[in-house]
Amino acid sequence: MDLISREYRTITGITGPLVFVEGIKRGSFGEMCIVKMDTAETRTGQILKLEGDKAVVQVLEGASGIDRDKTSIIPTGEVAKVGVSMDMMGRIFNGSGFPIDALPEIIPEKNLDINGLPMNPVAREKPNYFIETGISVIDGLNTLVRGQKLPIFSSAGLPANELVLQILRQARGAEEEDFCVIFGAMGITSREAFFFREGIEETGAMSRTVSFINLASDPTVERFFTPRIALTTAEYFAFEKGFQVMVVLTDMTAYCEALRELGSAREEIPGRRSYPGYMYTDLATLYERAGCIKGSQGSITIMPILTMPEDDITHPIPDLTGYITEGQIVLSRDMHMKGIYPPINALPCLSRLMNIGIGKGRTREGHRELADQLYASYAKGIHIRRLVAIVGEEGLTELDRTYLAFADEFEKRFIGQGEERRTIDETLDLGLELLKMLPERELKRLK
Amino acid sequence: MDEIRGKIYGVSGPVVMASSMKGAKMHTTCHVGYAGLLGEIIRIEGDMVTIQVYEDTTGLTLGEEVISFGRPLTAMLGPGLLSNVYDGIQRPLYIVSESGAYIGKGIRIEGLDLDRKWGFNPHKKAGDEVGPGDILGSFAETESITHKVMVPPGVKGVIKEISKGSVSGRSPVCVLTDGKTIRLFQEWPVRVPRPFKSKLPPTDPFVTGQRVFDTLLPIAEGGTAAVPGGFGTGKTVVEHTIAKYARTDIVIYIGCGERGNEMTEVLTEFPHLKDPMTGLPLNMRTVIIANTSNMPVAAREASIFTGITIAEYFRDMGYRVALMADSISRWAEALREISSRLEEMPSEEGFPPYLASRLGGFYERAGKVNCLGNDGRTGSVTVISAISPPGGDFSEPVTQASLRVAGALWALDTELAYARHFPAVNWKRSFSLYYKKLSSWFEREVAPDMVELRSRLAALLQKEEDLNEVVQVIGVEALQDSDRLTLEAATIAREGFLRQSAFSETDAFASFEKQYWMLKAIFSFLDSSMKALESGVYLERIIESPLRTSLLRMQNLSNEGFREWAEDMIGKIEKELLSVE
Repeated sequence: MDLISREYRTITGITGPLVFVEGIKRGSFGEMCIVKMDTAETRTGQILKLEGDKAVVQVLEGASGIDRDKTSIIPTGEVAKVGVSMDMMGRIFNGSGFPIDALPEIIPEKNLDINGLPMNPVAREKPNYFIETGISVIDGLNTLVRGQKLPIFSSAGLPANELVLQILRQARGAEEEDFCVIFGAMGITSREAFFFREGIEETGAMSRTVSFINLASDPTVERFFTPRIALTTAEYFAFEKGFQVMVVLTDMTAYCEALRELGSAREEIPGRRSYPGYMYTDLATLYERAGCIKGSQGSITIMPILTMPEDDITHPIPDLTGYITEGQIVLSRDMHMKGIYPPINALPCLSRLMNIGIGKGRTREGHRELADQLYASYAKGIHIRRLVAIVGEEGLTELDRTYLAFADEFEKRFIGQGEERRTIDETLDLGLELLKMLPERELKRLK
Repeated sequence: MDEIRGKIYGVSGPVVMASSMKGAKMHTTCHVGYAGLLGEIIRIEGDMVTIQVYEDTTGLTLGEEVISFGRPLTAMLGPGLLSNVYDGIQRPLYIVSESGAYIGKGIRIEGLDLDRKWGFNPHKKAGDEVGPGDILGSFAETESITHKVMVPPGVKGVIKEISKGSVSGRSPVCVLTDGKTIRLFQEWPVRVPRPFKSKLPPTDPFVTGQRVFDTLLPIAEGGTAAVPGGFGTGKTVVEHTIAKYARTDIVIYIGCGERGNEMTEVLTEFPHLKDPMTGLPLNMRTVIIANTSNMPVAAREASIFTGITIAEYFRDMGYRVALMADSISRWAEALREISSRLEEMPSEEGFPPYLASRLGGFYERAGKVNCLGNDGRTGSVTVISAISPPGGDFSEPVTQASLRVAGALWALDTELAYARHFPAVNWKRSFSLYYKKLSSWFEREVAPDMVELRSRLAALLQKEEDLNEVVQVIGVEALQDSDRLTLEAATIAREGFLRQSAFSETDAFASFEKQYWMLKAIFSFLDSSMKALESGVYLERIIESPLRTSLLRMQNLSNEGFREWAEDMIGKIEKELLSVE
């Protein structure tokens, strides 16, 4: 901390959430500032850019009401930090980390830089602990492991939230003492916030959940901080206290839109669809905080939820996310319209860490081959379904018709399991049973 | 060179401006701020310089000191590189990890352990005249690789003294009569290609053991291949598989802006996997550069240059080096990010206009060369770089710039990946410009009819494509029997031959012998069944024959003994299909 406080009353301009200040003598990049208004209200700001004696400060709560002449900026000498402690369990905070559950502020055990530091790749432990979610398409075909980052690509109106809650409710190990949930919400509606709160209470994990909630009506700039605060808290619980942390971040689309809004206020050169060129790096600094560390008991698993604008998987938000995360679970409107729950479009789904989480001793020997066979057969069925639309059923061979029937059954029974919780054995047995519909000579991938 | 000291004037992300830096040189390194962050000068304007900083700049304060040393960004080249893991600016990550699981700021550790002793075995003696590239002596750096100590470029003279036995990087290993000293290691600026005598034309293939590449889309030793693909199409698995199984002496693996957990996979797997050529652990022939996506962008920009400089160093010793870069798109994005912080005029998709020339300069550092030195040795650097086009759209600038310079394109396809057909190479979209040059090698080393079989395979796949268009309109039942048989054979070619599991113990590496005999068996089946069809055998009988199933599963057989199996199989095919009445 500074002994002599610096207070600058030299604002030259305000645009969007940004305040331009002159005459700065000492200031550091990323330094937090107190914005003191003439109404005695104070807000929080952060230095985004320094050039000579000029600084650009973004105000978390937004700039409305800030007076150019009567407002002063006081740098604090600190970068953005969050106070963490075990008492955070069960509590609800806003997007900047202040309690909103009518309980007193926590007494921090320590203050941590919310940007964290990059994990050394050689210090990472290879994630290989299989998480049984009870959902067949995930466990059987796109297995989740501890330390993985596996997003859900949803679209407006699809039940992504329900699916995530079902995973939290069913995941084996979730009832254990060392399991906890960090919930980071950016730009969600109060309806969704209620839904999640009720849902988490139902799972019985509320006392082991820390929530950070930035609502759609809360300031945009705050959305930039919310996931970082959530992940810093997650790192504290995972690597200092040994918890198995599941981080749910929703909705990443709102986060990326906040990035775009800030980028344009800063007059940056826009990239694809006007999102900032550094969005890949920015998202990576969030998602890459998932993982396991050698010599540490805990782990961070991240399940981000994002809404694909216009159901478009090539939109920059799902596209860049897919390039960083270790796979994706994709929801589909078609499946939803058919009444299949969970409405997962299995073909574009992927889990990159599946191979190290499955097999003998973890799930079952031959799991990989079975998954590949189900995928290949289902893809063939879907291909034929497309053909039928053009040539009609008459042009098909007997075998083609069998594939069509297989694809239908696979969607109805394997994917569309509803609220049921299936063990991995049940999932794999069902897969084998469905494959019996096809002639044996077609099952090239099974040993 | 005197140090130049200035002060921080401005900070914007990874870009820092410093004042009072008169005399500082372009592209030289500096230490920025009290934390001593490493940076490189990328613009000079009057006394003001702009520095790209290789570490996170949060917390840098106006007025903190900046020191320039007048030296360019260099790589330290010498024994100890192999089996090591570095970040983009060659800091050894295992040593960094001793101070914690996270990478702190301002850490400065030399790339090589200078105190480690090596048993130096001199090849020259006092009084010998030596020039650049001459080998002074050697020792086993790892069990599989002999490290050759070379006279650095630009140095020549007569040896006055040369060491023998235990030496470390601290003291000179050789002193020339003019007083010049030569050490075990060299320092080389990463952005400058290392010199060689002359480039050689491509004549030998770079053997990957992957059928779709070796047979259909081969690259030459010293060639370049670009591997673009949307997310989930298996770029990283392709890079990993080649790094594991390729017939090469040294592998430089650059994880440039990619996932941390994937690097962990490489790091934990390689020591347990065996080099297919020597049977020794793979990491003994590998240098890994891991600059993951959450590590600083400027270091990511430097990482591919650090990597290729190390590759060139081993090439200069006369080794065949394979450089895997995953992915070049992330490097280009780092370039874009820095460029936009410099407020440069953007060109296509916000990338700087010099993207294509920088990329071209990087790819051109690949090649097979006559090395410096008087023993006539040759070495090569083969570059295989993954590209991550946004939205899987190949029309974007990084893919297009790579296509202009790469000698082979291995285009990965989302549809194939969805059907779990790996490697998901779209054979129609991909190309190899080396094939013609390598034909004589294939005819000589594999079999006289290998080139012909390859052409038949390409034609079969093309025919399938055409027939599928017809099927789209009239349905498969309406096709002639011979056409349906062609489709069957194409299925066997795709599923049985082109598809290859990188995780199968027996099939992850397919020898050329196996590849050749697989093709032989497939076309023997096609030819014999065509004849059978003509002589009146029902199509169903051929399709339902157990022979077809055996062909679809033959990839699971190991390289050893495959030829015998195939010969036996061809006999069975002819017997069963040609003898029926």
